[in-house]
Amino acid sequence: MLGIDKKDRNLLVVVAVLALAAPFILNPFPAGSELAQFNAGYPDLMQRFVIFGIFAIGFNILFGLTGYLSFGHAAFLGVGSYSAVWMFKLLSMNVLPAIILSVIVAGLFSLLIGFVSLRRSGIYFSILTLAFAQMSFNLAYSVLTPITNGETGLQLTLNDPRVLGSSATADGSIPVTNLFGLEMRSTYEMEVGAWLFQFNAGYYLCAFIMLAAFYLAMRIFRSPFGMMLRAIKTNQTRLNYTGLNSRPYTLAAFVISGMYAGLAGGLMASMDPLAGAERMQWTASGEVVLMTILGGAGTMLGPVLGAGFIKYFENIFSKINDSVLHGWFAFLPDGMENALVTIVHPFVGKGWHLTLGLLFMAVVIFLPGGLIEGGQRIAKMFKKKKGSSSDDDSEHSPKQAPHVAE
Amino acid sequence: MDAILLQTLNGLDKGSAYALIALGLTLIFGTLGVVNFAHGALFMIGSFCAVTLSRLLTLSFETVDPTKTDFLGNPAKVKTPYVEAWFGPEAGGTIIDWAVPLAIIFAIPVMIAIGYAMERGLIKHFYKRPHADQILVTFGLAIVLQEVIKYFFGANPIPTPAPEVFKGSFDFGMLIGMDANAVIYPYWRMVYFFFAALIIGGVFAFLQFTTFGMVVRAGMADRETVGLLGINIDRKFTIMFGIAAAVAGLAGVMYTPINSPNYHMGMDFLVLSFVVVVVGGMGSLPGAVLAGFMLGILESFASMNAIKAIIPGIDQIIIYVVAIVILLTRPRGLMGRKGVMED
Repeated sequence: MLGIDKKDRNLLVVVAVLALAAPFILNPFPAGSELAQFNAGYPDLMQRFVIFGIFAIGFNILFGLTGYLSFGHAAFLGVGSYSAVWMFKLLSMNVLPAIILSVIVAGLFSLLIGFVSLRRSGIYFSILTLAFAQMSFNLAYSVLTPITNGETGLQLTLNDPRVLGSSATADGSIPVTNLFGLEMRSTYEMEVGAWLFQFNAGYYLCAFIMLAAFYLAMRIFRSPFGMMLRAIKTNQTRLNYTGLNSRPYTLAAFVISGMYAGLAGGLMASMDPLAGAERMQWTASGEVVLMTILGGAGTMLGPVLGAGFIKYFENIFSKINDSVLHGWFAFLPDGMENALVTIVHPFVGKGWHLTLGLLFMAVVIFLPGGLIEGGQRIAKMFKKKKGSSSDDDSEHSPKQAPHVAE
Repeated sequence: MDAILLQTLNGLDKGSAYALIALGLTLIFGTLGVVNFAHGALFMIGSFCAVTLSRLLTLSFETVDPTKTDFLGNPAKVKTPYVEAWFGPEAGGTIIDWAVPLAIIFAIPVMIAIGYAMERGLIKHFYKRPHADQILVTFGLAIVLQEVIKYFFGANPIPTPAPEVFKGSFDFGMLIGMDANAVIYPYWRMVYFFFAALIIGGVFAFLQFTTFGMVVRAGMADRETVGLLGINIDRKFTIMFGIAAAVAGLAGVMYTPINSPNYHMGMDFLVLSFVVVVVGGMGSLPGAVLAGFMLGILESFASMNAIKAIIPGIDQIIIYVVAIVILLTRPRGLMGRKGVMED
């Protein structure tokens, strides 16, 4: 079914179930309880999970398969956001044309940048993409202000034409984004006992698109085209000697991953119709690199996992303050409680980036395959205890690329 | 004419900073073959060495001065820095005033120690790993260093002024027979330029005229052979890493009066200095210096109004445009050596 084998189908089903049931799964603690702050099941955060998941899946098609490390992918996300907001301003508040436009524009933009950057490989490629992204960021901030609205960011106003929609609603406010009338912000709330589950239209749109993107990435991974990309990662020189020109393949991978980034950008603007230049800054590109590596580059599930992990910690970990810590360690004697709080304090709340940096370093040093490899190692240990021999899942964790090193 | 001169001078100080950071990066790359994304963080730590020293020097104790009263009529508390109490107000005041230049002495051992620890503790394990892994782990380290500094010093920029003597500007135009006020140049920027020239000259002289430098150069050319001759080249390279860290740190120390240090200044400089290194040619020390000054001056020319009128926004992107053009036309950079980081 669907042109994928049984193992992949199971993976797809698992991801689908997780994505569709996310409002339940991410809301395990009753509202109002001590642990309610660890709930991630609110629309805004769930949307970000899947949107950054799409972004990371796309980045993984480039980095995971070909080994080309791009440090400028945020530029495509930013371009996607800008085009989507322009569509809202000029055409209508329907998200569909906006998303389509953002994918097309990001694709064209990445074709341009990829065509130039892919002339070099290794670190030069990283620097070239970095240079292009910083260039777009600087331009968006300065000269392109008529298009990007500079520092303020591009926003909707009441005087926008919106040819197919209306400039303003009957009560004089800016119309909201919708999909053929279904408002993106509309949320159905379900109360079950002490729990409050929120089902948001926008989240489900993003989730369905993410599933489609995941499925497409899976097909790419398993296709002859995907095999060619892996060959490029393994040994590009040898590939060239066999008489193959690898550039069309890398360029295709670059454009596809650029379009994924544009899709993510378009969705981001559809959920919250504004776009700012800071989305294109190189630290934003660094973030998607972090997500992919943390989850496991070159694996199907890794990037999604990494994106969810980072976004969860960014939103939840950063909320832990001293009083919460005191609450946790309250069972200890006072002196020990204070000492522990002092030790933990720099790593949580505003300092969560420190934890992220340390964690990231640990992953790069000890687990080059990311969280997925960690999971596999643990699974292997359990299997060994049972006495059965385990086979290496080489398909899901390809060997580290030598090509990037040269 | 005066405008051109002024822009050249303006470009020199930024170019000096680029050249110094790029020099350190190239030293690390040329010796150890490691792409160090944490180099910007070392520059930032250098700046915070200056901040730390100026805070240490102004550590004060409070005394009650009976002759003065505060606005409530109570006897006013007067803060006296220990330094002033020990050396007398005059000498102590001078020491505090000269905190930034003094920080050079303070920063050198600190930075060498940090560089040494970094190489032995982390980078050493990454020689055999792909460059992408090196980039990633040093990128992670940069985040960590940045957050540690943020934790101790806060997120806001901390102004750290230059000594009183160097405040004000120097009328460069008068010197060469132009009208007064045509070409004005702040003293500290001139100091920065000469300081950078001194450091760059020092590093080159060290590599060129000492036995240690000779061994290091030999190691850069052919590490294996030098090792076979019975020289512990790894040890020498570790020391070079410390020196490269010190160069970045000193660039940071002296940059504090020009730009108040904040925790993410390193990241801002990092991207540019990588571009500088690539333009100069990976592994080429003269290339790094040349490209640093060239890009600094180009950037300052591009920010002239006359040029901005022709091509709007050029000042924002000139460096990247140059980098892209150079990389596509001269893949090895301006002065890159054959066989280093070729595809």
